[in-house]
Amino acid sequence: MNIDYSKETAVVAGRLSLAEIEELVAKPLDTKPDKKYFLALSISGGALMIGAVCLALSFYYGLGLWGNNQPIGWAFDIVNFVFWVGIGHAGTLISAILFLLRQKWRTGIARFAEAMTIFAVMCAGIFPAIHTGRPWLDGYLLPYPNQHSLWVNFTSPLLWDVFAVSTYFTVSLVFWYIGLIPDFATLRDRTSSKVKKTIYSLFSLGWRHSSRHWQHYEKSYMLLAGFATPLVLSVHTIVSFDFAVSILPGWHTTIFPPYFVAGAIFSGFAMVVTVLVFVRKIFDLENIITMDHLEKMNKVILATGMMVGYAYGMEFFIAWYSGVQAEQFVFVNRAFGPYAWAYWIMVSCNVIFPQLFWFKKFRRSIPVMMVIVILVNVGMWFERFVITVTSLHRDFLPSSWAYYTPTLYDFGILIGSFGLFFTLVILFTKTLPVVSISEVKAVAEGAQPSHHGGVSNA
Amino acid sequence: MHNKNLYGLTALFDNPDKIISVAKKTSEAGYQKYDINTPYPVHGIEKAMKLKPSKLGFITLVFGLTGSFIALFFMYWTMSIDYPMIISGKPFFALPAFIPVTFEVTVLLATLATVIGMITFFFKFPENHHPLHDTNYMKQVSKDKFGLVIEASDKNFDLEKVREFLQSLNPLVIEEIYHKEKENNSVLEPKFLTLLFAIFLVTSGTTYFILNKLLYMTPFDWMSEQEKITPQKPSNLFADGFGMRTPVKGTVAQGFMPYLAKGQTNPTGILDNPYLITKENIKLGKSKYLTFCSPCHGNFGEGDSRLRGQFPNPPTLHSKRAQEFQDGWIYHVIVNGQNSMPSYAPYLDVEERWAVVNYIRVLQRAKNANESDIQLSKKENLKNASN
Repeated sequence: MNIDYSKETAVVAGRLSLAEIEELVAKPLDTKPDKKYFLALSISGGALMIGAVCLALSFYYGLGLWGNNQPIGWAFDIVNFVFWVGIGHAGTLISAILFLLRQKWRTGIARFAEAMTIFAVMCAGIFPAIHTGRPWLDGYLLPYPNQHSLWVNFTSPLLWDVFAVSTYFTVSLVFWYIGLIPDFATLRDRTSSKVKKTIYSLFSLGWRHSSRHWQHYEKSYMLLAGFATPLVLSVHTIVSFDFAVSILPGWHTTIFPPYFVAGAIFSGFAMVVTVLVFVRKIFDLENIITMDHLEKMNKVILATGMMVGYAYGMEFFIAWYSGVQAEQFVFVNRAFGPYAWAYWIMVSCNVIFPQLFWFKKFRRSIPVMMVIVILVNVGMWFERFVITVTSLHRDFLPSSWAYYTPTLYDFGILIGSFGLFFTLVILFTKTLPVVSISEVKAVAEGAQPSHHGGVSNA
Repeated sequence: MHNKNLYGLTALFDNPDKIISVAKKTSEAGYQKYDINTPYPVHGIEKAMKLKPSKLGFITLVFGLTGSFIALFFMYWTMSIDYPMIISGKPFFALPAFIPVTFEVTVLLATLATVIGMITFFFKFPENHHPLHDTNYMKQVSKDKFGLVIEASDKNFDLEKVREFLQSLNPLVIEEIYHKEKENNSVLEPKFLTLLFAIFLVTSGTTYFILNKLLYMTPFDWMSEQEKITPQKPSNLFADGFGMRTPVKGTVAQGFMPYLAKGQTNPTGILDNPYLITKENIKLGKSKYLTFCSPCHGNFGEGDSRLRGQFPNPPTLHSKRAQEFQDGWIYHVIVNGQNSMPSYAPYLDVEERWAVVNYIRVLQRAKNANESDIQLSKKENLKNASN
């Protein structure tokens, strides 16, 4: 086999012209939604309503409706929070880290992944807010001058969380919007509807595709990517501090920050693949979101899955090596105690099944990757469940040991968060360009000058 | 001379190589106010246009550093100065624990400043009434063409010469762009004013509803409705319908000592001041006197009430009669009250009552000092001063 490795494969397949790319991406925005769209929307909307009803009841009667009780004070609420924040991390990784690494293939999927980041962080933000039980008092989390002369505790990881998640949400949103400005301008100039034109004009801010502006624009994109990269690492690091800074065996571990970040990217990529497989099919974007894209993402899933697997092993090793009895007990209890079923679901979904991605045939097969990425999502949810619940349910005092069973309300709120996420995703596909038009145009074949600076053509 | 309304002359080209050479030639021809519009950033264009590198990074640097300092200083001030509290044995200024928040605030401020600075300061956006908008030229460069615009405000602008120059570049099409006519002030349109008024009504209505109604409804009412027994309220739990219970007969509260001089007219026989006049004792007495006694008796016991006639003024504590009171009698009055004075027993414990008595003695001596007292105090002052 003769492959020329010095030449990059085309990012956009099918030799599309610039106008064709634009046509393809803007098509879902120009056509009226069909029956299938409303069917999908009603399913996700129904899930959202289930969550809303369960939440309303929880607020009215109090959090006693949930399964949490001593000693398991943290359960589904925190599990879901960590799960959704993790999902969000793939978007920032694709849009910021791959941008800094000059990975051109990111352009096809960056917009969608960023949108998923924002929606996932919205889902995540709900849980810390509601687990206080009286979410309308969450304003106390902010340091503001008040009549009690009290300030928030700046040395608490829970407060770091408030700052990290809100900063992460704001920066992701701004980053996303900056990317959208040229696309809004393009949409503004191609639409014939007056209402749409007004809306697009408003959001495009009057963008003129001026090269004098592009220069600052590209600079700002790089600066933002430079900030978003450490930010995304800091967010899940701080989330892991919620556990690691406490003294509970099973939580008090220095491996947590890198382990959590790897897990976040792992689960996030799995979610991106899950959704993109459908999106590229439904909206005919197979030439822009190509099989190469999916294969590259599957490789990332394989790599991060192995990191997570390494962390599972290392936790056991350190528990043994530290010689701390309580630590050893927690880990043996995790794998062979009452929650062994959850532990082994986690290990098989996260470590064993992704190993199939070593084979190119499986990496490029849609049905196989669908099964694996959904298993990864399940496994990563269980990872957070295992960390949170199994560490708590048998703590230092054997007389207070207990077995946590979630209630219907717990499941209802979990379903509701998925409903919120997919409702937002579905609305997004019909209201905004799911692929960055200007970025994909820029990496299409023949889009850049053939010689550096076009000197020879002068 | 050219039309005053003319904004500029545009030309369209159809490939990126071409636009680079066009940009080069335009800048070499000496034009200053020109622009290249492309549907995406074309590499090398800034070199061809001889643009200076973007200075956007300075905004990021300045605001990022500002964010770090504000965050660090604010945490230092709240945790070490305004309300110092020891948490998990950390020092008041726990730098490692302050790093996460410092980092987040730095990133937040830097990114927001970069973006807002770029949009408002570098782009002068929003600007939806630029002459280039809604032209065929804009529609083309928005899609897949590459355009050059030379503005009429350029000092070298001459309509015929520019047209000739553009022709020499071999473009697809040349288009003249004109300034748009000024629109009416859209802020004063009745539709907009109605909208403003509607927003005002909705906002104030919602605020009123939330603050005056919603916060008194379950579950937003701060748990004010609770199935528990509250003092002075009835309860169905007990047969007599009372929520409050009387203690079992013979119950003695913790720390309770029966008051031996109860109901006696001359208790001085049994009440003897057990506390010496020490500095600590007087300090305690002073603080309790100022809190509980001074509102009516005045800061120096002269009966100059601060209550402005809302309560009858008591007589001065410096009268001959009051000076001759036994300690036990004053104590007895504090415990039982006298005339309109209520009992202060619930507010002052035994030691505090005697301390107040001692402090009243101090006031009486200070206000009625004789020559020898003054000499003594002068001596004390001298001694203190020489120290």
